[in-house]
Amino acid sequence: MADIAARNPAVLAGNQRSGLHKLMQRKSTIAFLMALPLILLIAILVAYPAGYAVYLATLNKGMTRFVGFGNFEFLFGRDTFWLVVYQSCLFAITAVIFKAIIGFVVAHFVHNIPAKGQRKWRGMLLVPWVIPPAMSTLAWLWLFDPSYSALNWILAIFGIEGIPWTGEAGWARFSVILVNVWIGSPFFMIMYLAALKSVPEQLYEAASIDGATWWQRIWYVTLPMMRNIIAITALFSLIVTFANFDIVRVLTAGGPLNSTHIFGTWAFRVGIEGGDIPLGAAVSLFMVPILAVAATFILRDITKRGSEV
Amino acid sequence: MANATITTGATGAPTRPKYGSMSRDRRWALRWSYFFLVLFAIFFLMPPIYMLITSLKTSAEISAATNPWWISNPTLQNYIDLLSQNQFLVFFRNSAIVSICVVILTMTISVIAAFALARMKFWGSATLATGVFLTYLIPETLLFIPLFKMFAWVNEVFGVQLMNHWWTMIILYPTLTVPFATWIMIGYFASIPKELDEAALIDGATWMQTLTKIFIPVALPGIIAATIFTFTVAWAQFLYPLAFTTSTSELVLPVGIVTTLIKGDVFNWGQIMTGALLGAAPPLIIYAFLMDYYIAGLTAGATKG
Repeated sequence: MADIAARNPAVLAGNQRSGLHKLMQRKSTIAFLMALPLILLIAILVAYPAGYAVYLATLNKGMTRFVGFGNFEFLFGRDTFWLVVYQSCLFAITAVIFKAIIGFVVAHFVHNIPAKGQRKWRGMLLVPWVIPPAMSTLAWLWLFDPSYSALNWILAIFGIEGIPWTGEAGWARFSVILVNVWIGSPFFMIMYLAALKSVPEQLYEAASIDGATWWQRIWYVTLPMMRNIIAITALFSLIVTFANFDIVRVLTAGGPLNSTHIFGTWAFRVGIEGGDIPLGAAVSLFMVPILAVAATFILRDITKRGSEV
Repeated sequence: MANATITTGATGAPTRPKYGSMSRDRRWALRWSYFFLVLFAIFFLMPPIYMLITSLKTSAEISAATNPWWISNPTLQNYIDLLSQNQFLVFFRNSAIVSICVVILTMTISVIAAFALARMKFWGSATLATGVFLTYLIPETLLFIPLFKMFAWVNEVFGVQLMNHWWTMIILYPTLTVPFATWIMIGYFASIPKELDEAALIDGATWMQTLTKIFIPVALPGIIAATIFTFTVAWAQFLYPLAFTTSTSELVLPVGIVTTLIKGDVFNWGQIMTGALLGAAPPLIIYAFLMDYYIAGLTAGATKG
């Protein structure tokens, strides 16, 4: 409508064209000005630091001399670095898989019960996602306390010996993943529940007419219909989990013996606490490849959906 | 339903009872659903409940080897101690000011920018919209080290010390909140029918009037969702204040609780849990009242766009 309204006078009256042209120009100028704060914010506080990190990573500790790939070579020679790489991947991948599974299962249970009770359950189950992670991790830290662990107290009732939740490398790795799954799976649950509700009921009816079992219905109807949401949520969560900081920092601070350090926490230890800013920047840059891959897939999905509309 | 009639046809049994067995299956499915939901609810709610339990105990009871899940002498002493501590109130004040300022700043920047990106196409606007989303995917763990160095540079060149001030967070947090808020708002604005603003423009409304008189009222649910999101993120942010503030008078709540309460004597857990619970309270209270907006905002990020 506005197109027609705007175009017609332009075609009809030649002397009005320049005025209209100016107006159009003004419209895009106004639009640019409206977006300017956003552009400045992103340029100064996100894009520039991200590029600056690459430059920093090529300097020596005192930031006085260019050392090229010196920091990276130094990292490749350290066992702790490979431990961090291993733990970051283990942490992110395991946590995302469990979050996705638990989220999917819980979403199904919530979807199963009568609609009027769903809101209450959904509200209750989303609580871990709402609490600031640093605060809820404190609660877990206290639940995992070596001498007063309330979880070990429960296990003792069943005759299970106390578990060194944060004291021993293997268990500490398990604990940080557990806390991450606890915080993150409600998000998956909400996303999957929204996706479940968008699957047309007729598909299930058709499937049950064809004699599909509940498993076949999930495998051939629910999963294909939810594929997009599952992929996007998992990729998104992979980025956030890979770049996690709060949980590991509060729960184990990387201990015991650096076994739970991930890129974010180790970069903090090396760069801020250790005072070696270039090395810290080099450590954090190792997050970029996996972030880039996940971001590419997410973007592809989003632009694909954009062109469908 | 149709399934039931067909199978009854095959087995030759009357229709009525089969319908009953269908609903019996359904009833069992329901029972199992409730059973597992209760289990998951216990798992999901255990830490916050344990926070509450511990916060109501005395230090003596915490250190005693009794049932940790039971309170024999409930007391509010931890709350009184903490809330009469000047330090804790400073943390709370810092957090509140930072969060509110970040919300105002974020919503102003992102609503205006989202309007420009969704409705007023200009050169590069599509790229910018994608860029906004990409920015949202860049984590703060990648940026805090270069920012650390940049702050030192700002101090050298302009003489403005950004380090160790709580108000620095007002500048920093929008990098985490603006991209997502803009992204949600683009989605909401794009879903508003074009006829609405075209009618307004034909009637001679300016772009600003179209935004304030039409878009903001119509997209109000989206604005509420984005506001809640922004507040939650600003309140919960941990890495930036941990890296950039050190003096106790400059800390925000999450960092203040973790760094000042955790060291010291071992049986401070009553106070730590009280602090953690009070720190979790504002987002939880907002969530309790505006749950539907909160959830709408969560799902909007992925389902719209």
